[in-house]
Amino acid sequence: MKYVIIGNSAAGIGCVEGIRKTNPKGEITLISSEPHHTYSRPLISYLLWGRTDEERMKYRGDSFYSDNNVDARLGVTVTKIDRSAKTVTTDGGEVIPYDRLLIATGSNPFIPPMAGLDSVEKKFTFMTLDSARALEAALTPDARVLIVGAGLIGLKCAEGIRERVAKLTVVDLADRILPSILDKAGSEIMQKHIEGFGVDFILSDSVKEFEGSTARLNSGKTVDFDILVIAVGVRPCTALAAEAGLEVNRGIVTDVRCATSDPDIYAAGDCTESLDITTGQKKIMALLPNAYMQGECAGINLAGGEAAYDKGIPMNAIGFFGYHIVSAGAYDGEEYLETDGANYKKLVTRDGLLKGFIIMGDVRRAGIYTSLIREKTPLDTIDFELIKHRPQLMAFASNSEKRKKFTVKA
Amino acid sequence: MKKIYVNEEWCLGCHLCEYYCAFANSGKSNMVSALKDVKINPRIQVEEGRDVCFAVNCRHCPDPICVKSCIAGALSKNPDGMIEVDTGKCVGCFTCVLVCPFGAIMPGDDGHAIQKCELCTKNGSEAPSCVAHCPNNAIVYEER
Repeated sequence: MKYVIIGNSAAGIGCVEGIRKTNPKGEITLISSEPHHTYSRPLISYLLWGRTDEERMKYRGDSFYSDNNVDARLGVTVTKIDRSAKTVTTDGGEVIPYDRLLIATGSNPFIPPMAGLDSVEKKFTFMTLDSARALEAALTPDARVLIVGAGLIGLKCAEGIRERVAKLTVVDLADRILPSILDKAGSEIMQKHIEGFGVDFILSDSVKEFEGSTARLNSGKTVDFDILVIAVGVRPCTALAAEAGLEVNRGIVTDVRCATSDPDIYAAGDCTESLDITTGQKKIMALLPNAYMQGECAGINLAGGEAAYDKGIPMNAIGFFGYHIVSAGAYDGEEYLETDGANYKKLVTRDGLLKGFIIMGDVRRAGIYTSLIREKTPLDTIDFELIKHRPQLMAFASNSEKRKKFTVKA
Repeated sequence: MKKIYVNEEWCLGCHLCEYYCAFANSGKSNMVSALKDVKINPRIQVEEGRDVCFAVNCRHCPDPICVKSCIAGALSKNPDGMIEVDTGKCVGCFTCVLVCPFGAIMPGDDGHAIQKCELCTKNGSEAPSCVAHCPNNAIVYEER
């Protein structure tokens, strides 16, 4: 059996591990445009911050490919999938046959049309190791940096480079930061925290045009800068799948087994749409844990095993300048709120289930909440009142599966 | 594999396991300097209810969601089945804290990495310290 994996990040690696759990023998070829050993993309901000290095940010050890008997073709780009011949073609003209294929092509930074962008000398995106190294090479202690985008990528970039530049301004069209994971109150708390570290925000505004090292905003304001980082969002890389005739909406459409509309082709990670069980809607959930779990599920299934990716939810754990957020699920429902200045908590329930939460500050044991969402635990089967303030296993009955994992009888 | 379990009927809720855990992982040989005036951050935590109490630490799940979710590749399952953390790779994003269904992984003292129970295999102890020092033998280390 010949397995071909396009992609070398969390979903691709998850697929290798899923296949090897199920079939220790089949041939695995892994193809990646990036020339690097598998590394963790979300760690690039920590790299520039000096909190990790290229050796430590490897996602798996040096012997990963040989241990798993993977033929890794790094620095090679797949240009075409031929479903009738069951082959992929590379940019070097090589034609590689597959019995089962995984598409884990991820996403690319989105660069919106912006007038005068060509006139900007030093402009960067912030997604890959190479993009981080390129940005790093431009950093100087007296540099003024403009980041367009106050989302996860833009603000992690800000954190990573803040101590290495003189001035840092973030512009976003939205009226608050991190709108994809926080509510209004949470955004305000985090914005204040980040501002305390010397990051300036200009919100509800956007760049009208660039003129060399000046950005003119729609409000009439101008920002002078030396370095521009564009972090307005990402777009799933679906072209290969679409050209091969697979069903693609915004992302590649996958079922609960992570199969595409072709039963021999699976897809996982940022390039796919999958089911968010908190809303019942299919959407792109471009998050590393989900990518790994989709990839692993696909790997088990394409090697002939049985696995389901049926607990997908949006979830994020992220910190900025030492202040942490964990969030999960959907925020539409009845709210329980707690705030004491340093900490903020919102739990959202609907139809007798925990549907979502935002916790900032003291994030300890938040996974107990996450598991209530993922397992759809009816709240009337636990002591939910007890754990609204402090998550703990005492809320579960002594004969529950959770408690029985800890306890023995004399 | 052998894991740490607690007998709810015998657990007194004395929290000694927490102190011995913090001491064993402090890197210090003197209990006073390790614990006196220190807000301990143990890897085992006692939960207390009205009628019952018990201690909670990592279950070393066979299908560990923390390992799958780790964005840095810092968590892994070793050949014995124990879930271990490479604190040099960990950047302290706390995704594992977000996903552990038992709340058994926690931020480390400096906030730059997580910590979890590694069965006292990395701190020079001969056996799990919480088990060895439980005054009531309520905490056991056994194959089940």
